[in-house]
Amino acid sequence: MSILSVKNVNKNFGGLKALNNVNLTVDAGTVHAIIGPNGAGKSTLLNCFIGRLEPDTGTVTFDGTSLLGIEPHEINQIGVSRVFQTPEIFGELSLVDNVMIPAFAKRDGIFTLNAWRQIKTETAIRDKAMVMLEDVGLAAKAGDIAGQLSRGDKRRLELAMCLVQDPKLLLLDEPTAGMARADTNNTIDLMKTIAQRGVTMVVIEHDMHVVFSLADKISVLAQGTVIVEDMPENIKGNPKVQEAYLGGAHL
Amino acid sequence: MSLTMNRNDVLLLIGFTIVVFAAPFIFTPIGAGYPDLLQKFAIFGIFALGFNILFGLTGYLSFGHAAFLGVGSYTAVWSFKLLSMNPLPAIFFAILLGGLFSAVIGYISLRRSGIYFSILTLAFAQMCYNLAYSVLTPITNGETGLQLDQSDPRILDTAAGIDYGAALPVSNFFGIDMNSTVETTLFGQTLQFNSGYYFCAVLLILCFFISMRIFRSPFGLMLRAVKSNQNRMSYTGLNTKPYALAAFIISGMYAGLAGGLMAVTDPLAGAERMQWTASGEVVLMTILGGAGTLLGPVIGAGVIKYFENIFSSFNEGILMQAYSFLPETLQHALVSISSLFVGEGWHLTLGALFMLIVIFLPGGLMEGFRRIRTGISRLMGGGKSGKASDRASAAAE
Amino acid sequence: MDEILLQILNGLDKGGAYALIALGLTIIFGTLGVVNFAHGALFMLGAFCAVAVKAFLGMEKVTLDPTQTTAWGTPMEIRQPYMEAWFGEFGRLVVDFSVPFSVLVAVPVMLIVGIAMERGLIRFFYKRPHADQILVTFGLAIVLQEIIKSFFGANPIPQPAPEAAQGMIDFGIALGFDAGNVVYPAWRLIYFLFSLAVIGGVFAFLQLTTFGMVVRAGMADRETVGLLGIDIDRRFTVVFGIAAVVAGLAGAMYTPILSPDYHMGMDFLVLSFVVVVVGGMGSLPGAVLAGFLLGILQSFASMNEVKDIFPGIDQIIIYLIAVVILLVRPRGLLGRKGVMEH
Repeated sequence: MSILSVKNVNKNFGGLKALNNVNLTVDAGTVHAIIGPNGAGKSTLLNCFIGRLEPDTGTVTFDGTSLLGIEPHEINQIGVSRVFQTPEIFGELSLVDNVMIPAFAKRDGIFTLNAWRQIKTETAIRDKAMVMLEDVGLAAKAGDIAGQLSRGDKRRLELAMCLVQDPKLLLLDEPTAGMARADTNNTIDLMKTIAQRGVTMVVIEHDMHVVFSLADKISVLAQGTVIVEDMPENIKGNPKVQEAYLGGAHL
Repeated sequence: MSLTMNRNDVLLLIGFTIVVFAAPFIFTPIGAGYPDLLQKFAIFGIFALGFNILFGLTGYLSFGHAAFLGVGSYTAVWSFKLLSMNPLPAIFFAILLGGLFSAVIGYISLRRSGIYFSILTLAFAQMCYNLAYSVLTPITNGETGLQLDQSDPRILDTAAGIDYGAALPVSNFFGIDMNSTVETTLFGQTLQFNSGYYFCAVLLILCFFISMRIFRSPFGLMLRAVKSNQNRMSYTGLNTKPYALAAFIISGMYAGLAGGLMAVTDPLAGAERMQWTASGEVVLMTILGGAGTLLGPVIGAGVIKYFENIFSSFNEGILMQAYSFLPETLQHALVSISSLFVGEGWHLTLGALFMLIVIFLPGGLMEGFRRIRTGISRLMGGGKSGKASDRASAAAE
Repeated sequence: MDEILLQILNGLDKGGAYALIALGLTIIFGTLGVVNFAHGALFMLGAFCAVAVKAFLGMEKVTLDPTQTTAWGTPMEIRQPYMEAWFGEFGRLVVDFSVPFSVLVAVPVMLIVGIAMERGLIRFFYKRPHADQILVTFGLAIVLQEIIKSFFGANPIPQPAPEAAQGMIDFGIALGFDAGNVVYPAWRLIYFLFSLAVIGGVFAFLQLTTFGMVVRAGMADRETVGLLGIDIDRRFTVVFGIAAVVAGLAGAMYTPILSPDYHMGMDFLVLSFVVVVVGGMGSLPGAVLAGFLLGILQSFASMNEVKDIFPGIDQIIIYLIAVVILLVRPRGLLGRKGVMEH
């Protein structure tokens, strides 16, 4: 059963065709990887899922709802969370505050004037945030200021911020970029655990090791078009894919 | 209640209450114990507390909050004129109108952020100021300022059978005149206990308590998130605009209350309260004390009003005396330099202070205190205890 | 018809002043990324250049004439500017032309002030948040105006235009109206032409010189220009100096129209910011267009016929327009997407 379906999406940037008639179907409970050379339009495509960009034509439907023309916060509220390539966190706040904010957003909606309640009494939310920090291995730093974390830690924090909302669909933009091997393996394990909980994931990734250890299905994007959509084992030998990657050096 | 509050917060609130109630004892020795100045401490403390909820938490720098102060003052005087000399309806309507005005101005200004927002609020405040001086003269009484009149209707007072006779009425809280002062002498000091000050003081403590609740609430956390990263906020399912607007309205209501209290302690209202300099002053109070800290703005307001009072009262004669121990040429040179900064020149001091604080101490006095405290504890007992007290003080803020 | 023409003319000089200040604000904001709340103070400093020049040129030699006595029996004082005493008719002319003459003084003075400001203060704030920039320049504006106040006092100091430009020009006759219908003070026309010349000069500088090209490139994409290895710092200093000169010239020449006082800067600054917002942040043509547009609209709003229908409209017209523009066209008249969005 598909949870996200992208149909005939086009996006131009002043004459430059960033997305050219993209079609994509993500099945519920699977990990769907989008790979492709630099400039293939992967991030642009992801931006169309969260309301950061509006496609020129085409439809993006999530769980029966069109994602076009609605605000980013509304898209999140129906169950789409995203981890960015450059981590978007609340740099001046503590780690636990960073994770509590999305937890409040999930519980209280886009706006609540709960100015008289005290955070101190919100033990359920705090516990939930702490569990998430535990999951990503940051519990020991819960009181630290988020802006001072290393890049890898920031990425994990952002992941915790997304997971605390129990998203139906999790979008990850190069979750292991710039990470050391050990860190990458930890992240893969973490994502496998998340996948086992039944969270649908769309992953953009350059690291083929990551892609092939996680993905149930892979879409290959080249020059703004999906050239192949198939199981991982069929992708490796596909000549079209190898051509897109200039002789398949990466594979 | 103690269950929902940190122990440190409870202590802070108790300490704050004691200092505010004991103000005549504390400030008389430094020459600041007279009612007029104490009232200013409390009123501007409230103004800055409210401004801090907007600027300190959300980071939106408004340059137009004096407009709400002015609206509060006019409203309160009208309440005195039309309804009753009791300050309760006066401040109720002052808060209400402060809130209404800030809702309208905030709604429009918040369509833009950053400097656009600052410029828009500044423009709106200037617009209110210009209107108060020109077309709205029937309401504001223009340059003369709005004053009480013996022949005012005062519907509620008349209905209650209160007659002020031939004299100009005085605002009174169920019979307690707001300008009445009890004097006692203690250790050779004359202490003045003014009912108007205590009326303001109670409200200051209430405002401080509300501000504390907001700081420690999920709502307060969201306001900090607005300042930190609006992008992340919206991708986290939160709508940033109503949060910023709510903070704007709350701070506008604080400003309205402060303006209303100005009229309660001295029942007249003039347009000069809405000028951009007044807006700038509350910004300065907030950053001087420490934007985003609980106590900072109140301290900032107190420091500014205290020095304004001292500096403005200086004149060349006093300066000559102060430098009389120096050789005559040096004395004259120093007097002519210092006299730039005192008396009429107080604004120069204010501007220079503004620059110095922004350049050298962007975190304000609270940041300065914290640095001193960590410095001392590092001197006393090495790194570890320093870090512990650092964390404790950070929690206290 | 003649009434409309008159109002358009009336708005031109004020519009010129708005446009010049807004131009400087836009250049500084576009290239340096700094919000300069002290820009109005620069306008005011320029105006006081004219005051100082006049005070200097007009210094009087006092001689006692024992042959004449005053009503109190003391000898009559004969006062005569030194310039006149020394240089005769030419000296008298120089004193009379003190305002245009002050422009020559204002250029180097304002350049030095601008460069000193940028080197001494502004450059430390390039990387600080906008709020800090606003606050520190706001503090500087207060300091500057209070210093001026302590030297020149709080009262406006009238500066006469040269005698030759004090008269009125009857435009109506030239355009076929009856005499006396469209009468316009000559100095205002001079100011309008002067502002056009300065605006033209600034645009020529930006369009035709390599330096100007770099500045324009910087306004379009600051980061890239920085990456090209161009010595941005030195150029920033010059840019700030130029903006200060433009504001100062606008102020010096405006003195015969509005007697300068120490707080004139803030009044103009608020309006100029509105002009920048209406024109479109980062757009130089937008700043000029909006400056003249708002100047003219303001003079229309001060017509009695208009005021009778909307009382007080003259006081708020500019702010109202700014609000409407921001609501329907958030980027301003000529603002482009992505330029200075934050």
